[in-house]
Amino acid sequence: MNVLLDNFALFREGFLGTISLTATSAVLALVLGVVIAGFRVSPVPPLRAFGAAWVTLLRNTPLVLLFLIAFFIVPMVLFPGMSTYLLGVLALGFYTSAFVCEAVRSGINTVAVGQAEAARSLGMTFGQTLSLIVLPQATRTVVAPMSSIMIALTKNSAIAGAFSVTELFGVQKDLSDMGYNIMVVFMWVALAYLVITFTISGLFRLLERRLEVAR
Amino acid sequence: MSEVSVTKDTAGAAEPLVVLDNVNKHFGALHVLQDIDLTIAKGEVVVVIGPSGSGKSTLCRTINRLETIDSGTITVDGKPLPAEGRQLAKLRADVGMVFQSFNLFAHKTVLENVTLGQIKVRRTPKAEAEKRARELLDRVGVGNQADKYPAQLSGGQQQRVAIARALAMGPKVMLFDEPTSALDPEMINEVLEVMQQLASEGMTMVVVTHEMGFARSAANRVVFMADGRIVEEATPDQFFSNPRSDRAKDFLSKILQH
Repeated sequence: MNVLLDNFALFREGFLGTISLTATSAVLALVLGVVIAGFRVSPVPPLRAFGAAWVTLLRNTPLVLLFLIAFFIVPMVLFPGMSTYLLGVLALGFYTSAFVCEAVRSGINTVAVGQAEAARSLGMTFGQTLSLIVLPQATRTVVAPMSSIMIALTKNSAIAGAFSVTELFGVQKDLSDMGYNIMVVFMWVALAYLVITFTISGLFRLLERRLEVAR
Repeated sequence: MSEVSVTKDTAGAAEPLVVLDNVNKHFGALHVLQDIDLTIAKGEVVVVIGPSGSGKSTLCRTINRLETIDSGTITVDGKPLPAEGRQLAKLRADVGMVFQSFNLFAHKTVLENVTLGQIKVRRTPKAEAEKRARELLDRVGVGNQADKYPAQLSGGQQQRVAIARALAMGPKVMLFDEPTSALDPEMINEVLEVMQQLASEGMTMVVVTHEMGFARSAANRVVFMADGRIVEEATPDQFFSNPRSDRAKDFLSKILQH
């Protein structure tokens, strides 16, 4: 019955693995997502086309397929010897960036057109208008969907376990190989995921409240 | 409808600052600006009036290229409007714009609204920008609201902040796109007074408005637009006492009835 305590080191390693994998991919996804959202609303047609292609391609591809590409094609063509951890981050980060981009874009669309017009009429460039005026005002609308995207990312990171990245879901396989009751193991793994996802939604709720006060 | 040949009696010998030459623009099937020729001299106050849908707001917005034009040329201070990009941004910094709906940056304080352009576009040091911003806010009578957010101010106060924000850039010309149309009646005058003061200080202004009182007292020239054309150009006295075109007569009779 003491699966957790007997194998605490293994659980802890998986738990930290999932947190690290999620956090790193989240940073990559946020940066990429915001940049691509900028592309999608930019006045330059090639950038808009690139943004649209990026989202269409990544959002409509099964994540497992992206993992297969990341683990079997990317090392072959581009970066031989890249660590499985980084390959996992790439697959998760790119995939999630498409969703982040669309959430950010919908946030941008909620900001009144007049705000951007006022910024442009002061002589701000497109980049300044976006980063100083539009994005800060879009943030509040984007927080709620972003929370869901980050929770989904946490759970999606389980796929990396199947590609021999150390993370929480992979723990289950090791333990069942060792002959433990799979139901009990699953319960502990699920609980560990809940700890992470509840923390994420709590953080985002806090952020949402902070931004509300700022008005 | 008769059209009267347009005379440019007030432009005179003064140096032209904004020149629109044969400007045309369509919104789909609607020909919203038709062969617009307009020259605005340095220091001149031009008031554009006309029925709604006549294209006067669009005209105002083409001057800093918030609206693109289909044909013709617009030059500001001798330079034709460049295409979207850094050059255009630079030119826009010299053309102040005041909007009907104020468009103050909602997430910035009043003071930040007035300093932002100076700091980010003109690269003015922060302390200097704040000093100038406070002077301008005092000048338009909202100096004591500097640390509030736009939403905490009345419409009239917001519009005066918007004027200060535009002035902070040291513009060559100020465009006013129906600056009082979204205001409660008791707040219109406080904004008009600021504009009046600006006009008397020699600022070049293009003002789209329905405030005939302002047109009478502050304008050097009234431009009357209808259906995408400039139908009549005259001094305020001439225009209000003796409009030449039927369209203008009709318009004036409607608005002066009550």
